[in-house]
Amino acid sequence: MAVAEFELTQLPIGRMAEVVKVGLTGLARNRLLDLGLVPSTIVEAIRKSPSGDPVAYKIRGAVIALRSEESRHITVRSIN
Amino acid sequence: MGLTAQSTGIYAFLEELSRSPVKADAVVALAGNPNTGKSTVFNGLTGLNQHTGNWPGKTVVLAKGNYRHRNKSITLVDLPGTYSLLANSADEQVARDFICFGDPDATVVVADATCLERNLNLVLQVIEITPKTILCVNLVDEAKRKRIEVDCPKLERSLGIPVVPAAARDKVGLTDLKEAIHKVVFGKQRNRPKRIVYNQAIEAVIGELQGEVKRLFQGKFNSRWVALRLLDGDPTLVNEMRNYLQRRQPKAEPFLEKGEGVKGFEQLSNRF
Repeated sequence: MAVAEFELTQLPIGRMAEVVKVGLTGLARNRLLDLGLVPSTIVEAIRKSPSGDPVAYKIRGAVIALRSEESRHITVRSIN
Repeated sequence: MGLTAQSTGIYAFLEELSRSPVKADAVVALAGNPNTGKSTVFNGLTGLNQHTGNWPGKTVVLAKGNYRHRNKSITLVDLPGTYSLLANSADEQVARDFICFGDPDATVVVADATCLERNLNLVLQVIEITPKTILCVNLVDEAKRKRIEVDCPKLERSLGIPVVPAAARDKVGLTDLKEAIHKVVFGKQRNRPKRIVYNQAIEAVIGELQGEVKRLFQGKFNSRWVALRLLDGDPTLVNEMRNYLQRRQPKAEPFLEKGEGVKGFEQLSNRF
């Protein structure tokens, strides 16, 4: 059964998802990989900033804020 | 030509190290993610009171201090806190250049026990460069409060390097750390770090490059690691290696003239 894949930006606050693909290149990609955002990593959306961007995510025990310009390139799939 | 501000900094610092009046028996680098208590470990080991703080990018320059253990004098170099050695920033470049080109006798990576997983990226990057690495799992007291227990012996087996738990704020584990450093530096323990194996295509090119790298650097650097970075095509590292070849080409090998060495290296790095 196919599990729906979507952009990390669409992950609702309080929900978790699994990273499928980090679709960036160069330094921006390296930076995210170094922070532990690699395929199969579980990401939880913690909260939004007042303007809605950036959003704080819990990644491998640390809270990291990502702007939509980065998170929209990250493909995730929902997990139960 | 080819000298960047960062490389000048590193080499100036190295020269200062070698000129210091009391020559240390060994130089040990201290690396780690930001906010892992790295500077606290540094102060705990050296007894210095380098200011420590809880904000990112705190340690922007290299600090050094000394301690004695088992009648040996050790110089400890506190590197900037980084998540990576792939040089996304000036801090990362300083840390990487020191570990690669500063030729420390050992490198200690300080990790945060409360979120160990994200610290292991740096650990793997360091052991890919040098087997003389020690992992210090710091903040075990804080982890305990969060009901996290780190199985250091198991970690030691899977990484193939010594792993020392510590709570540096309360000076717990620092003697064990000094002892672990002593063993690695003075050859009383040989590490067998886990080797990261890449996919077949990458491994094939590494094999192809390694021989040439070995010839150019005459076994000075880990040829596998240099080959990998050539594949990355990181210009800051290519520059730094070119500097190295220009500065340190050993005269003992008459057939490998300065120019030839540098040229050969450029051919390698231009291939990708």
